[in-house]
Amino acid sequence: MSIRTTVLAGIGLVLVWLAGCTGMGVTPRAGGGAPAEVVEAAPAPAPGGGPAGAAQPEAGARTSGAGGAPRFQGMSIDNPASPLSHRTIYFDFDSAEVKDADREILAAHASYLSANPQVRVILEGHTDERGSREYNIGLGERRAKAVARLLEFMGASPSQIETVSYGEEKPADPGHNEAAWAKNRRVEIVYVMPGQKRDEP
Amino acid sequence: MTRRLALLLVLGWALWLPLRAGAGLTIEITSGVEGATPIAIVPFGWTGKGQPPPVDVAAVVAADLARSGRFAPLPRKELISRPTRGNEVNFRDWRLMGVGSLLVGRLLPLGKGRLRLEFQLFDTIRGSQLAGYSLAVTTAHLRQAAHYVSDVVYEALTGERGAFQTRIAYVTVTGKGKKRRYRLQVADADGYGQRTIVTSTEPLLSPAWSPDGRRLAYVSFEGRHAAVYVQEVATGRRTEVSRDKGINGAPAWSPDGTRLALTLSRDGNPEIYVLDLRTGRRRRLTHDPAIDTEPVWEPDGRAIIFTSDRGGGPQLYRIPLDGGRARRLTFEGDYNSSADISPDGRRLVFVHRDAAGHFRIALLDRRSGEMRMLSDGVLDESPSFAPNGSMVLYATEYRGRGVLAAVSVDGRVSQRLRFQAGDVREPAWSPFEKR
Repeated sequence: MSIRTTVLAGIGLVLVWLAGCTGMGVTPRAGGGAPAEVVEAAPAPAPGGGPAGAAQPEAGARTSGAGGAPRFQGMSIDNPASPLSHRTIYFDFDSAEVKDADREILAAHASYLSANPQVRVILEGHTDERGSREYNIGLGERRAKAVARLLEFMGASPSQIETVSYGEEKPADPGHNEAAWAKNRRVEIVYVMPGQKRDEP
Repeated sequence: MTRRLALLLVLGWALWLPLRAGAGLTIEITSGVEGATPIAIVPFGWTGKGQPPPVDVAAVVAADLARSGRFAPLPRKELISRPTRGNEVNFRDWRLMGVGSLLVGRLLPLGKGRLRLEFQLFDTIRGSQLAGYSLAVTTAHLRQAAHYVSDVVYEALTGERGAFQTRIAYVTVTGKGKKRRYRLQVADADGYGQRTIVTSTEPLLSPAWSPDGRRLAYVSFEGRHAAVYVQEVATGRRTEVSRDKGINGAPAWSPDGTRLALTLSRDGNPEIYVLDLRTGRRRRLTHDPAIDTEPVWEPDGRAIIFTSDRGGGPQLYRIPLDGGRARRLTFEGDYNSSADISPDGRRLVFVHRDAAGHFRIALLDRRSGEMRMLSDGVLDESPSFAPNGSMVLYATEYRGRGVLAAVSVDGRVSQRLRFQAGDVREPAWSPFEKR
C-alpha cells in the first residue's frame, strides 16, 4: 500500500468515525464555539427525483417532484385486542419477580416469537428513582433477565432476545411519587422486525 | 490558519474542547453557621486607574470560607475600618470586636491584563502575620487566584489543606422526548466556570476523577448500550475502555491511577472487575449471583468496598484484592449503597434508607461503628467526599428538580447549589492537583 492510499484510508476512517459519532447521538465539541446541536442525518434523496422545484429547463416549463406517498403496513402485534399489544411488565420495589397476571401476556409474546423466528425483541429493564443509580442499573438488568428467562422457558429462542438495563435513567413518568414510581418499575418489550432498524422507544 | 482550522475540524473529536457556559449556578447556605470562627475579610484595595478588576477577590474568599462551615466572615457593613496592608491595621480594634483573624490585600495593575495580587493574614490577638503572599495573575484567572487565597487562609487557620481550588463534575439533564440532552459538566468547586465536556441524547452517569485530576471515567449509553469511557478533561480526547455484553458501569480509579474497578455483567450478573488500563487485562473480583456494584478503593489500594444484595437487600461489603472473602460493613437498615470513602479511610458516606422510607446520606465512622445522618432529603444520592475530607457533595431533590447539595462532615453547615435549568445529578468532587 502506497503512502498516499494509507493517508486517504486514514482520512476515510476518521470521516467514518465522525459519521458514526452523529449516529451514536454524542456531540463532540469543536474548539470553544457554541454548543453543537445533535443533527439527525438528512434522508437520502429518492432515486431519479431531483431536489423539489429546483429544475428550471428552457422554454419556461417547470418540473417538480410529487414526493412519495406513505405506505402503511399494519402488524398483528399491534392489534389492540391482542395480548401482544401489552409490552410493558411492571414490578414491585426492589423486586424482579414477574407477577402471575403477566405470565399470560408473556406466553403470548413467547409463542409469537417461536412462530416468527426472524423477529427479535430487546427487553429494556427500568427501575424507579429511589436508591442509588448503579445499583438500579443492576436491578433493571435483573428484571429484564427475569422476563427473558420466562420467554425462553415459554418457547422463544435465546438468540431472539437481547437485554439492556437503563436503571432509573429513563423514567416513563417523571413524577416523584408512588404513582409515578409504579409506572417506572418496568420491563419494556421492544420488537425488532426483520430488516427493521430499532426505532425510538 | 484556514488549513489548520480545517484539520482541527476533521480531527474534531481530538479537540472536543470544553465549552465555557455562563454562571448557571448559585449557592444558598441552607443551615447553620453556629460555632464557626469569626474572620474579617476586608475588600481588597485597587491602586490602578479606571475600572477595578471584574472579580471581587474578598467576596470570593468570604464565600469560600463560609461554605466550609468552619468560618463566619463578618458582613461588610460591620467592618470597622478597611485597611489594605499590614501597617494600616489597628489590631486592638479588631480584638475588641472579637475578631481573631483578619485578611487584607490589594491588587496592582501590571499592564496587558496582568495584576499583582498581595495579601496578608493576621492574628489580631498576637498582632502577628500568619501568612503573606504576592503573586502575578491575569485578570482572566483572578477568580482561581481568589480560591488560592482561600486555600492559604484555610490551611493557616485550620492546619488542613483547603479544597477551594478543586473542581466538581456532574451530569445535567434538560429537555423532553427527542430534545432530551444529558451533559457531563465540570465546574470550580464553588460552581462557577461551568464547562460541558460531553453532550448526549442517551444517559450519562457515574463520573469518576482520576487521582491526578486530569481524566474522568464515566458511563455513557450512546448507541443504546452501556460503555465506560476515560476522557482527558483539558483536551476532551477520550478512550472507550469497556463495552462488553450487558452492564458496563460504576468506574472507580485505583489510588495509583493505573487500574479501574468496574461493574460488568458479561458473565450473567453484575460482578466487580479490576481493569488494568495499561495492559487492558481484567480480573474478576466477586463471585456471587447477587448484584455486586458501586466499587470504591480503600486509600491503600488493597481492598474494594462495594454494594451487594447477597444478604437480601443492598448493603456495603469489603473485599481484599489479593483474595479472601467479602465482609459486610453495614448493618443498620435494609438499604445501604453507593459508598464513598474519606481520603484518610476512616469514614464512609453512602445512601441509607431510613425507617420512614427516606433515602438519605449517612456517615459511618469505621472505628467506632457509629452511623449518623448527614442529609435530610427524601431522595438523596451519589455522595462524594471533598479531597480534604471536610465536606460531602451529593444529589438531592428540591421543588421537583434534581439539585446538588453539600454538607460539612460534622453536619453543621449545609448548602444547595442551584442551577438555572434542568436536573443536576451525579456529582463527583475532584482530587487535589499535585503541588
